[in-house]
Amino acid sequence: MAQTAIQLKSSGTATTNWRVWLGVAPFLLFAFLFLFLPSLRLFTASFTDSDGNFTLSNIIQLFSEPFIVNAYKLSIQISAVTAVGGGILGFLMAYAVTVGGLPRSLRSVLITFSGVASNFAGVPLAFAFVATLGRQGFITHILRDYLGVNIYDAGFNLYSFAGLSLVYMYFQFPLMVLIMAPALDGLKREWREAAENLGATTTQYWLRVALPVLLPSILGAMILLFGNAFGAYATAYALTGGRIGIVTIQIGAQIRGDVLYNPGLGYAMAIGMVVIMAVSLAGYSWLQAKTERWLR
Amino acid sequence: MNFWSRLRRFPLWSWIWFIIGGLYFVLPLLATFEFSLSWDPEIPFKAYQRAFEDNDFWETFIYSNILALATIVVSIILIVPTAYWIRLRLPEARRLVEFITLMPFVVPAIILVFGLIRIYSSPFNIPFTDIRLMQPLTNFKAGTNILIVAGYMVLAMPYMYRSVDTGMRTVDIRTLTEAAQSLGANWYTIVTKIILPNIRSALLSGALLTFAIVVGEVTLASFLGVDAFGPYLFLLGQHRAYEPAALSFVSFLLTWLAMGLIQLFTGGQGQAAGAH
Repeated sequence: MAQTAIQLKSSGTATTNWRVWLGVAPFLLFAFLFLFLPSLRLFTASFTDSDGNFTLSNIIQLFSEPFIVNAYKLSIQISAVTAVGGGILGFLMAYAVTVGGLPRSLRSVLITFSGVASNFAGVPLAFAFVATLGRQGFITHILRDYLGVNIYDAGFNLYSFAGLSLVYMYFQFPLMVLIMAPALDGLKREWREAAENLGATTTQYWLRVALPVLLPSILGAMILLFGNAFGAYATAYALTGGRIGIVTIQIGAQIRGDVLYNPGLGYAMAIGMVVIMAVSLAGYSWLQAKTERWLR
Repeated sequence: MNFWSRLRRFPLWSWIWFIIGGLYFVLPLLATFEFSLSWDPEIPFKAYQRAFEDNDFWETFIYSNILALATIVVSIILIVPTAYWIRLRLPEARRLVEFITLMPFVVPAIILVFGLIRIYSSPFNIPFTDIRLMQPLTNFKAGTNILIVAGYMVLAMPYMYRSVDTGMRTVDIRTLTEAAQSLGANWYTIVTKIILPNIRSALLSGALLTFAIVVGEVTLASFLGVDAFGPYLFLLGQHRAYEPAALSFVSFLLTWLAMGLIQLFTGGQGQAAGAH
């Protein structure tokens, strides 16, 4: 008797289970139509030649065509420089307002401002930097008039690698602040007290206790910053008008008109980007899981 | 306490880092503002006057706001029932749906628009036949509107889903649902009268973040050929000097307004989106 009841119940859930999944069907359908299908199309097209046959030549060309290799190299360099630079500045600022002894009121100011700045990107950000560090920019003039330094004569150019990196930093380090402030809050006071009781200096405490605990979180955040810069298009396009050859700009040119004279290669370039983004996201979540051991 | 020990307690380095970072934040905004005022010393806000006099500005700006509103409404209609259903009846789907909501981080806007154009610039046929069901979406205005709102929903999905899911975690939706059911409410009443009001601050913060992403977005809008505010500002910057600076400063203020409101409603950590 009891057994039949259980069996009835389990067969009952099997049929409802199928119906229960209908509740998430609209979401899955949306994701399929506007996320998977477009990605899948780029993926299959990057393995297809102009006659519609399977080929690996597009993928091989990604690694041999100097034009494309250079685009990836430039993107990776800019993303790495701004991830490390923005990461360090962001970490130091988060440190200053959490455990660094600054007044608590500055903390909420910084967090709000970081929320704004990490979302302030694209065309307005590019224009703001033209007004700041362009040839007629505010800082450019101040440096020339008061310090007698003409940064453009000294080789600086806002529309170059260094300039674009400075612009990217504007949304990079606030993101670091937003990620690191909660992590720094997780440092327990007891650890510091224990270290001090055992005779450790502040330097020793930071090098032997705090930084090792924070390291996965710092690295993870920097990887996230890397991806953040790697996928950026609008800021670079608005600033340089497409004259700086990073991957997103080249893909944009390929969409507007087949500049590579090989559509398949364009698709392969896009997929290469997705792969790099996926690897960095995976790295981030792996490090995030490690962080949670100590900082919760 | 003597002078030296007080000096040692003063967080000098913290102040130095804070001031360096603070200058990085403020100087570009100050420079933009200063530049936008410098057009005509007689009329300080001339650039703003001129920018706001332009009909195209209002058209594109209002259009972008409508797109943002559409994105927010459709996102809520799609995501709230999904997140609710997963919490209540289908925890098995959690991992899958959370994985999907992270996908937009892997597919940047430029790749998304590339894929969307390639898929939806060809007509829909009944499979394996030449019978045409529908024009390519990119060929008519309503079609591009559908595409761009869908694209914005994808870009905003990670933030919207996380906001809604966090909101549902803090209120006990299971108890609320059972209470409502025992009083005879149907599903529609439960979602609109019980669930939505209870997660309103989460919805608001998701909505404001979506707003900050969509108004001023330029990648999707320009490739799909939509006359939104982002492409307008970009084109204005190609042939004007002062008005773009004025509008850049205004869009900074708008972003600040959105983020400030999020802080006010959630009282917690700021969030970062990614439409760079």
